[in-house]
Amino acid sequence: MVPLSYYLVLSGILFACGVIGFLIKRNIITIFMSIELMLNGVNLSFVAFAAHWQRLSGQIFVFFVMVVAAAEAAVGLGIIIAVFRTRETLNVDQVNLLKL
Amino acid sequence: MTPSLHLWLIAVLPLIGAAINGLLGRRFSRQTVAAIALGFCGATFVWVLFVAARFSSLEIPHVEIVAPWIRSGGFLVNFEMYLDQLTLVMALVVTGVGFLIHIYSIGYMWEEGGFYRFFSYLNLFMFFMLTLVLAGNYLQMFIGWEGVGLASYLLIGFWFTKDAAAAAGKKAFIVNRIGDFGFLIALFLMIKHFGSLDFLQVFGRVESGLEQGTVSVGLLTTIGILLMVGAAGKSAQIPLYVWLPDAMEGPTPVSALIHAATMVTAGVYMVARSHLIFNHAPDALTVVAVVGTLTALYAATIGIAQTDIKKVLAYSTISQLGYMFMACGVAAYSAGIFHLMTHAFFKGLLFLAAGSVIHAVGGNQDMRSMGGLKHYIPVTFWTMTAGTLAIAGIPPLAGFFSKDEILWQAYQSNGAYWFLGVVTAFLTAFYMFRLWYMTFFGEYRGGAAGPGHDDRHGHGAPHESPNLMLVPLIILAVLSVVGGWIGIQGVFEHFLAPVFNGGKALAEATPEAAGHGTEFLLMALSVTAAGLGWYLAHVLYYRRPELPARIAVALGEFYQAVVHKYYVDEIYAALFVRPLVDGSTRILWHGVDQGVIDAAVNDSAQGARHVSDAARHMQSGNLRSYAGWVAAGGAVVIAYMIWMGVR
Repeated sequence: MVPLSYYLVLSGILFACGVIGFLIKRNIITIFMSIELMLNGVNLSFVAFAAHWQRLSGQIFVFFVMVVAAAEAAVGLGIIIAVFRTRETLNVDQVNLLKL
Repeated sequence: MTPSLHLWLIAVLPLIGAAINGLLGRRFSRQTVAAIALGFCGATFVWVLFVAARFSSLEIPHVEIVAPWIRSGGFLVNFEMYLDQLTLVMALVVTGVGFLIHIYSIGYMWEEGGFYRFFSYLNLFMFFMLTLVLAGNYLQMFIGWEGVGLASYLLIGFWFTKDAAAAAGKKAFIVNRIGDFGFLIALFLMIKHFGSLDFLQVFGRVESGLEQGTVSVGLLTTIGILLMVGAAGKSAQIPLYVWLPDAMEGPTPVSALIHAATMVTAGVYMVARSHLIFNHAPDALTVVAVVGTLTALYAATIGIAQTDIKKVLAYSTISQLGYMFMACGVAAYSAGIFHLMTHAFFKGLLFLAAGSVIHAVGGNQDMRSMGGLKHYIPVTFWTMTAGTLAIAGIPPLAGFFSKDEILWQAYQSNGAYWFLGVVTAFLTAFYMFRLWYMTFFGEYRGGAAGPGHDDRHGHGAPHESPNLMLVPLIILAVLSVVGGWIGIQGVFEHFLAPVFNGGKALAEATPEAAGHGTEFLLMALSVTAAGLGWYLAHVLYYRRPELPARIAVALGEFYQAVVHKYYVDEIYAALFVRPLVDGSTRILWHGVDQGVIDAAVNDSAQGARHVSDAARHMQSGNLRSYAGWVAAGGAVVIAYMIWMGVR
């Protein structure tokens, strides 16, 4: 059986990749994908703990996260398309009308 | 149980008038303002008369508790009204003279701006003065005490656009504050040692404490002297008299009401009210007598050389107040109160008449440019003559009886007081007749219409004042003539005896000691002194008016010192005011305020700016850098939790 720590290390690596991608990428789609990556890193640790402690609550939580992530993806992609139509760019640094 | 007379109405009625005129008076016509002020003042006078009519059926002292005020442990202060013979006399004088002066003021102030403000202040003064007089405990008295100081300040500075008036108001307030400080400490001592401020309780505990040995004479002396400090501030005695002459910057009716007839006598009233404390503290009584005697003499000498008609009367007031303190100091309280009453009549009259004179010559107050006014303003002349004769102590006018009573009592206590008192009587007669001759006799020296004066209305030759001003003058003149007659055969003294007989039984025991022969001799001597003063003034200012100038030159330096009021203002300035101003400027302003307080504020602002200068680079506006900070912060939190253990 794979020890719990392996799952957690993998989960941490996935989350860190997501954070780094979120911080350094400029393309809004990549940033969006980085967020998904972070969410799934967390999901992984949830299910790992659920399996380890033989409890279902972690699994159930993951379903909630997936549902919210799906909803977020729908809304987020909608926003991205709207932004692209008006600004003709996906670079977040150029979407700065509210900045002083 | 005697029925309630609603004594609180006496004090509150003028307050209502003050509130109405003060809050709404700006929109009222002058007639309405005058009617309100006069109505409430008159109503309170009527109420006092009503109380006086019921007085004989009352159980004295008659105390009406309105409401409890401060209750702390065993210490209790009430809002209460206290009525005895002394209160009744004071209330009658205050409301009676006050009412007459209100009437006069309507005529005098008619042309002035701020008419409603003036009457609002005047009514406010009546409220506080009656609170002071009717108080049943020292704390309530202190409220009235401070309140009349406030009203006095407001009214001295009534013409606040004039620098001198504003400065005089401040001076009066600050000098009074020194006296109030002494009064306040006396109150603290009473609370500490007697546990009460109620008159009856304090006096009762003084007596019982002395018997049981829990109260020492030293304590009573301290309290007495501190009370005298307060009285010296309010009643303009040495060394705190300096504010009263300056207070003449106020409108003349104010000088008459506050700075002659009523407020300045509050100190005398307070000492008389506290007679049980003073009687057990002979040293404090000596202080009162010495201060009073010296003030009487000292102020009279200054009065001789003044040329401003109101300043002469101001120094005369100080001098007469000195007489009252002299009387209190020899434990002849009823003589002091008697003089207080007659003084309220004739000094109120003199000030109002002086106001009428000033009105007649168009705002000028310098006697050197008056003269010969007898024919222009006959009514004022005759009333002023009555006042002058009364204050000089010419029988049978009011001042003669009261002053003689004081001198007689002083003689029995100590011949020195009597001698200085007689010298003062001589000086009083001299400066008052000097004023009389300079103002009303000889040639008019003012010239025709003087555009240079601070004139209130277009002016030709001197003219008589309106009837509204003359009627109070005439009433007061009558009172100045007959007011002393109630002192004949000691009627007044017997009336007040229930208040004061806790002290020495003067009325019964002492007159026999020296005999009536001596009394008549002394009386003759003081009248002679007054007559001499009159004669001297007659010679110097009527028959040979060129003489005073030559005498002044002959006296040289001394004369200059008197003209400059012995340079007391300058000495006070050098001793107290300038060091205070310098110290405040150098240490408190430049040192503490700028060096410590301002520096602390400025430096903390500078510090905040430097820190935020560094911190503001975090606020780049770049969304991802914020996310980076969030991630870094999260990492720090997690690291901390791992480091410390998750629990």
